[in-house]
Amino acid sequence: MEAASIPTGERSILERSPLARLPDRALKYGLTALAALILALIVYFFIRLVGQARPAFAKEGVVGFVFGNDWNVSAEHFGALPLLVGTLITSALALLIGVPVAVATAIYATELCPGRLRAPLTVLVDLLAAVPSVVYGLWGIFFLAPKLQPAEQWIADRLSFVPFIGGGLVTIPNYFITGLVLAIMILPIVSAISREVMSTVPADHKEAALGLGATRWEMIRVAVLPYCRSGIVGGAMLGLGRAIGETIAVTILIGDAPQLSHHLFSQGYSLAAVIANEFGEAQGIHRSALFAAGLVLFVLTLLVNALARLLVVRAARSKPQAPAVEQRGAGGLLADAAAGA
Amino acid sequence: MSAHGASADGAQVGQLARFSVSPARRRKDRLARASILAATTVALIPLVLIVYYLMRKGLGSWSESFFTTDPTGNTFFGGSNIGGVKSAILGTIEIVALASAIAVPVGIGVAVWLVEYGRNSWFAHTVRFFVDVLTGVPSIVFGLFVYIVLVVGTGSTYAGYKGSIALSLLMLPVVIRSAEVVLLLVPAALRESALALGAPRWRVIFNIVLPTALPGMITGVLLAIARAAGETAPLLFTAAYTHETNFNLGAFMNSLPVQIYNDVTSPTTAVVNRAWGAALTLVTLILLLNLIARLIARRSRLA
Repeated sequence: MEAASIPTGERSILERSPLARLPDRALKYGLTALAALILALIVYFFIRLVGQARPAFAKEGVVGFVFGNDWNVSAEHFGALPLLVGTLITSALALLIGVPVAVATAIYATELCPGRLRAPLTVLVDLLAAVPSVVYGLWGIFFLAPKLQPAEQWIADRLSFVPFIGGGLVTIPNYFITGLVLAIMILPIVSAISREVMSTVPADHKEAALGLGATRWEMIRVAVLPYCRSGIVGGAMLGLGRAIGETIAVTILIGDAPQLSHHLFSQGYSLAAVIANEFGEAQGIHRSALFAAGLVLFVLTLLVNALARLLVVRAARSKPQAPAVEQRGAGGLLADAAAGA
Repeated sequence: MSAHGASADGAQVGQLARFSVSPARRRKDRLARASILAATTVALIPLVLIVYYLMRKGLGSWSESFFTTDPTGNTFFGGSNIGGVKSAILGTIEIVALASAIAVPVGIGVAVWLVEYGRNSWFAHTVRFFVDVLTGVPSIVFGLFVYIVLVVGTGSTYAGYKGSIALSLLMLPVVIRSAEVVLLLVPAALRESALALGAPRWRVIFNIVLPTALPGMITGVLLAIARAAGETAPLLFTAAYTHETNFNLGAFMNSLPVQIYNDVTSPTTAVVNRAWGAALTLVTLILLLNLIARLIARRSRLA
């Protein structure tokens, strides 16, 4: 019991003085507080948004607001269904057009392309992310939409028997052109994540397929795509989240008409666009309705992102060969790099 | 030779046929590879078209006065005297500079905490999850948030610094995630050697970990800045729109994306042309930032 005889308060020569330990403590607790601040910020944000949206929800009811088909500012009716449908149609179109192209680009870059072309191709696709959304809107409305209108009208006339696609007059701003531009905008992020996942396919899997006599395409189909499926789906969901939240390009391209359009080539509105467009002059209940639209948008993107995370994490977990942390890290960096716009 | 002929003939040719791919499979392979190549080409077409149109329309409106005068707001008389985009360029630089001054220290601080202190604790996982949530929040919703808290909340009006705060919220997750990735790559042996030599934790972080990770973090920061510089939606009802150049972040402030957005809807051709010129300016600025980020990333290979 010699140790007990040491007077309390005396420290070993190896220990630092309490004063010297102060910066360490300060840094640790300071940084922890900073991290906690992020959490607090988001929670506070959500509460304030709900508070501002409450009058609109009280007036229309939550279901009445989200699924009511009547957005009439002058009559003070706020049913967000036309906006919700506009958001969903354009985002779905963006996925339908953008994901196959993005995945094909990723396959080409990782499996088929000559080594010398790989880096330039990757840089070029990533450059699409560097174009700001307002520039996409400008280019879409002044160049792409007028150029494509005759083709759209031709399709609408030929397919007039198909509900939703055919018939009707094609306007320059419409759902289709919005979806098309959104597809271009989500291409870099979906492509970057797919590329990242495809580069984790073990070489033995591919070599085994080739060794059994598979052609290149058969190798891609049996070895690469099944291995990457959930990763690609996760990337597509992240792209979907981006398409749902995209504001300025959509505001310029969708036509800003609060109506539930009956065909693909007519004007509509979206949740994000209505906020950007009407917020400036909104008062009272109208302003509250726009906050409510923001809340619906927020919850929608939250759901999509949570789903995407779940899929990407599951994809990483199901493959013990690919270290989960590294995959998440590299994927995150690339995704963020692609998040330029 | 084709497999049909081979199977009809002698044993030696049949031997060859066993290893050759049937025409149907070969056709399928060619078709699939051709479609993948075609899709890749399709993916690059928009980029070419956008760059081409920006150059054609934008270069035409670039002139000395385009960069040295403020927009006048005068769009009558065929737009003979509409002014340039000086206030928008300076406004974007000011707003983004302040946004970076907020987001970079906070973001790197949180990343350091995640890597050095939080590691795999439940709290660190919660923070990571919330950072991911932040990544997914649409930019216009950040604008709404800042509007509620700083415009309605303070009973005042729009100001440049409020736009900066909205943009910094947007940059934060990008900075945190990219800094975390780079910090994780700093070899544990470096930290351990410093600790073994008796350095306190904070000196290890400031003198060993951060300098080692610096180039990679700069890359992430530049990409975040490039992202913020192109954003319109969060600025619409936080920094708003004005014509004059001003260096007071407490006042209304112009910015390139908002200027473009306002000009797009104008019926006057000259104003739309000014939007093209401003768009070319903005894209050039952002591409330069991306290029620098890429060069720095290539220089530093931590792993």
